[in-house]
Amino acid sequence: MDNKLEPIVKTLQEKFNATFEEFRGEVHVFVTAEQIVEALTLLRDKYDFEMLSAMTASDYWPQQTPRFHVIYQLTSLVKNLSVQLRVPVNGDQPKVPTATRVYETANWREREIFDMFGIEFEGHPDPRRILTPEGIEGHPLRKDFPLGYEEPQFTFNFEEIDLRKPYAKE
Amino acid sequence: MTQIEEVSLEQFKHLVSERALRGETMLLNMGPQHPSTHGVLRLLLELDGETIVNAVPDIGYLHTGVEKNMEAKTYLKAEVMSDRLDYMNPLGNNLAYCMAVEKLVDLDVPPRAQALRVILVELQRIASHLVWIGTFGLDLAAMSMFLYAFREREAILDIFELCSGQRMMTTYIRPGGLWRDVPVEFETAVRNFIKMFPKRIDEYEALLTKNPVFLDRLVGIGKLDAATALSHGVTGPTLRASGVNWDLRKARPYMGYEQYDFNVPVRTEGDTYARYLVRVQEMRESLKIVEQALNKLPMGPVISANRKFVPPPRSELGVSMEALIHHFKLWTEGFPAPKGSVYSAIESPRGELGVYLEGDGGPKPHRVHWRTPSFDNLSVLPKIVKGHLVADLVAILASIDIVLGDIDR
Repeated sequence: MDNKLEPIVKTLQEKFNATFEEFRGEVHVFVTAEQIVEALTLLRDKYDFEMLSAMTASDYWPQQTPRFHVIYQLTSLVKNLSVQLRVPVNGDQPKVPTATRVYETANWREREIFDMFGIEFEGHPDPRRILTPEGIEGHPLRKDFPLGYEEPQFTFNFEEIDLRKPYAKE
Repeated sequence: MTQIEEVSLEQFKHLVSERALRGETMLLNMGPQHPSTHGVLRLLLELDGETIVNAVPDIGYLHTGVEKNMEAKTYLKAEVMSDRLDYMNPLGNNLAYCMAVEKLVDLDVPPRAQALRVILVELQRIASHLVWIGTFGLDLAAMSMFLYAFREREAILDIFELCSGQRMMTTYIRPGGLWRDVPVEFETAVRNFIKMFPKRIDEYEALLTKNPVFLDRLVGIGKLDAATALSHGVTGPTLRASGVNWDLRKARPYMGYEQYDFNVPVRTEGDTYARYLVRVQEMRESLKIVEQALNKLPMGPVISANRKFVPPPRSELGVSMEALIHHFKLWTEGFPAPKGSVYSAIESPRGELGVYLEGDGGPKPHRVHWRTPSFDNLSVLPKIVKGHLVADLVAILASIDIVLGDIDR
């Protein structure tokens, strides 16, 4: 681990009882949903992590506790450091407090995660879907959401499939 | 199919001012089919006369589910989708994805491949900035700029075609190196471009930089301060025009960028004109990098010889049983990647292009996330257009250089 990163991870460990893992030189710190806003505020104000570079989630279905990880990739421009925070979220009623008051990037990123994974962000100022059209059911990036396919039409079943195909007909 | 509901003002009332609800301001729809939205971006504008009170971007018209689709393909096959995200920067997307794969499976890249990657990606940056300067001029009614910029871009695309057979969706950069070595004509083609291009940038600058009409439209318009930019995750030339010196090629060098001598243009004004100046200067700097990389281009292989991850060349298949087995296994089953996740980022023409790649021990990625620069850069738009005229919105939107394929993924 980077020398400059060590005291930061240590503070997070002491303050939030956080665990961490290292993989290919990256540090991933696990905190709970209740602590995330406080942890992000601490990192931004005290350790100069000015930017939330990326924010996404990952689905571990069929595992339910935790089913998701919400991932916060933070960058410090002054210190040239990166750290990743991960928040495990359970499958029933996935909820995380919003980080929009700490980083404004989180506004659209959280809308995207809600859209794609169905994780709710409590206190979000604009909780609408962002990428998918109105009226879509489900959350596409969940592992139990089918990728979708088109049935191949042959001469013998062309009309049968054509009848249930969802496109405008004359 | 579910019924599509009609959108009512009720849904947007937290995004517009109270005057809109009383009918004192006008709500105007701009896009998604509008020549100056650079793709299919829809903006809901709240206007007081010609002045913008609020702007609400509506994105997702180009959403193609690339992240979901990549989860269903092997690491090698998923790369083809990366070209299609930011269609102004296909080689940069290839590089970002390949670097993530290389980091995940711990794969080395030979020096020649690294240098060639730098040359190609810097040429791609120039091509992307050329499209930007052309459309920027077009939006501000400088029609000839568009024609000049596309003429030079064609020369770069010809170089890509020379290497890969494709002008745009090349998939030329592969995990472990490059698809194949560049042809012998490559060096001459790039040298011709290096010789011709500085004069052409001078021409563009003669047309635009001190043009009074151009200055009137740009100076002081769409000011973005550094703190807002950082909080919104704005990166790339847009951030550097606001006085923050942050370029991943300098801060966290990859592919041997530390060997090359180049400057990172930074302006402090933060307005539309500063963003224009930064990009024009960046084209000159990219050209410097291309020239240096070409001058000391090392010889040697262009792709790693690690057969557990890199398919063998075609020529080996007829003579080596092992090669045939590797070829078969890598193109059908694919290679397994360890359990774990990596985040790897490059400096694309628009900013930090990051790939979050998670492996689960199998041959397909568990999760691929594209941290695309345009997405965060666009999110700052509502802040910087307030109080400007609709005509200025066109200039501001063009100056942050969004690509909708990059935003919607």
